Amino acid sequence: MSSKAEILNKIKQSQPNLTAELPDLKVLGSEQFDVLEMYKTVLKNIGGNPVEVADYNEILAYIRNNYPLEKRIITTISELSEIAVLDWTNDDPHSLQNVELTIIKAHFGVAENSALWVTDAILGQRVAPFITQYLAIIVNKKDLIPTMHQAYDRIGNQEYGFGTFIAGPSKTADIEQSLVLGAHGARGLVVFLME
Amino acid sequence: MSSKKIIEHSEAATRFNKDVERVNWHDETLWFVREKRDKSANQIQDWELLRETASRIKNNVLANMHDYLSDFEANAQKNGIIVHWAADAKEHNEIVHSILQKHDVKQMVKSKSMLTEECHLNDYLADKGIEVIDSDLGEYIVQLRKEPPSHIVLPAIHLKKEDVSETFHEHLGTEKGNFDPQYLTESARRELRDTFLTRKAALTGVNFAVAETGEFVVCTNEGNADMGAHLADVHIACMGFEKLIPQRKHLGVFLRLLARSATGQPITTFSSHFKKPRDGKEIHIVIVDNGRSTQLGRPDFRNSLKCIRCGACMNTCPVYRRSGGHSYHNAVAGPIGSILAPNLDMSKNADLPFASTLCGSCTNVCPVKIDIHDQLYKWRQVLVKEGHTPTSKTIAMKTMATVLANPTVFNLAGKSGRFVMKNIPALVNNKMNKWYDQREMPDVPEESFREWYKKNSRESKAKKDE
Repeated sequence: MSSKAEILNKIKQSQPNLTAELPDLKVLGSEQFDVLEMYKTVLKNIGGNPVEVADYNEILAYIRNNYPLEKRIITTISELSEIAVLDWTNDDPHSLQNVELTIIKAHFGVAENSALWVTDAILGQRVAPFITQYLAIIVNKKDLIPTMHQAYDRIGNQEYGFGTFIAGPSKTADIEQSLVLGAHGARGLVVFLME
Repeated sequence: MSSKKIIEHSEAATRFNKDVERVNWHDETLWFVREKRDKSANQIQDWELLRETASRIKNNVLANMHDYLSDFEANAQKNGIIVHWAADAKEHNEIVHSILQKHDVKQMVKSKSMLTEECHLNDYLADKGIEVIDSDLGEYIVQLRKEPPSHIVLPAIHLKKEDVSETFHEHLGTEKGNFDPQYLTESARRELRDTFLTRKAALTGVNFAVAETGEFVVCTNEGNADMGAHLADVHIACMGFEKLIPQRKHLGVFLRLLARSATGQPITTFSSHFKKPRDGKEIHIVIVDNGRSTQLGRPDFRNSLKCIRCGACMNTCPVYRRSGGHSYHNAVAGPIGSILAPNLDMSKNADLPFASTLCGSCTNVCPVKIDIHDQLYKWRQVLVKEGHTPTSKTIAMKTMATVLANPTVFNLAGKSGRFVMKNIPALVNNKMNKWYDQREMPDVPEESFREWYKKNSRESKAKKDE
């Protein structure tokens, strides 16, 4: 398209002739704090629920006690097949509209903002953590890191089609700044912090 | 919008100020958000270093924009994304329309994109018979009311829950008089879920685009961009070319700054990285210029292209808080909008750089250190030089220049001014005098400083004594 050449040409002529080196990012992210405690505190502040567990048995027990098992529960984790189905990842994404609870695993969590990094590789379907009424994410305690700088160090040049940081349940404050959980996506998020 | 007559900021602000209670409420609500920003920023020990780093990354981007854009396009294409270029708003709208036409789409769901507001995409598509539904709750509310957003992050910040309740009662059939935000949000959730499930095309904005990887990031709290994009066959992402950053790791800097500056949250609920389309689906990116390359070529104003659209400058601005976003008659309101708008159209937006006290609060909170109040001041010089100020102001300024340049005239003017104010105050204290609009005129001194000085200075006293 001709606009491309025109735009790029104009940009080339307009851009400043500065030697503006990229800054060193290594000086950032040196904040010192208790990573697990910070993670839990921030998650609670943004409407999420941190639950420490020793193993999958404790997760199974928690879900049995807190969610309606008769409703549709999906997961990508074979250890949870007693309470959730695994055979949905090739379905039409629209068919996930009646899912009550989705349980997935995160690659890692970030303490400063309680965000969890998930990608295609562990999502099953991109829409799964959004379309569900409730969401549960499992992360190993050893995979909690302090800040976003360590997060991108860890992601590096990892290959993915889609990846997202999830920090708490879907929310909005668009009506007179009153915080409401569950705008379009999950109404609640429980994060299982596993030994 | 373009055909409508624009009401100047000062006049629109005067109208907004008639409802004192509402103005005070608007002011306090935004100040509350500003305070949340402060608390959040103060918790980050490296906050100032982060701002400085972000600003320097953006300097690098501005100086290498051509190469980064070329890299971004090549990498995005490698990922299977279809890239389009639009020189202006018209071309942007035509491109979006052509993609929808190709897929025979008559209805589209949209997540927040101030760029499409800038381009008036919704009106354009409506004329072509295509229905667009805005899915961000705030945008959805203002769309139902046929209003533009009044804030880039909080589109319905000018409305009270009673207004929303009334709007939803009319359009969604919710219970009349039920003002509960939880109930109202739930009603919109139900309505919009149906929209997400039935649209074949979804349009989103872009918060950051990474040259190195060809991916782009969309940040929302509601998850509406994701609901739209992951359920549709076609995802169209529209971005101004300034959204580019060099490398993926730079996202660490910007994602730490964005939500903290915007609402005081540590990060938005969802920060989604789109790199490749799903199997058999399409992702299109429309890269838009629409005056940005002109701004890039203006040394005094190019820093405005660093903006990451957090809205912190609006929340802190004493003028924005008391005049409301709509008074800026531009997609982006407030201090940053007042720098961007004259670039788009000087004659239509000449009033905006004057809608500021130049207090500098905007500059102090800007996460990428844009010299906002300096640029507002510089725009004023440009606009006056190019003849874009109102005639009344030009005459007043010229008169003042004559008076100030000539001591005899100055003395005479002072004397007659004092006489008039003292003896015929109605000549001054009236509607013709803009200065009298919002304030009482001062008491008139008996004599001018010059007269007093002549009487009292040592020199003149000495002369008298002689």
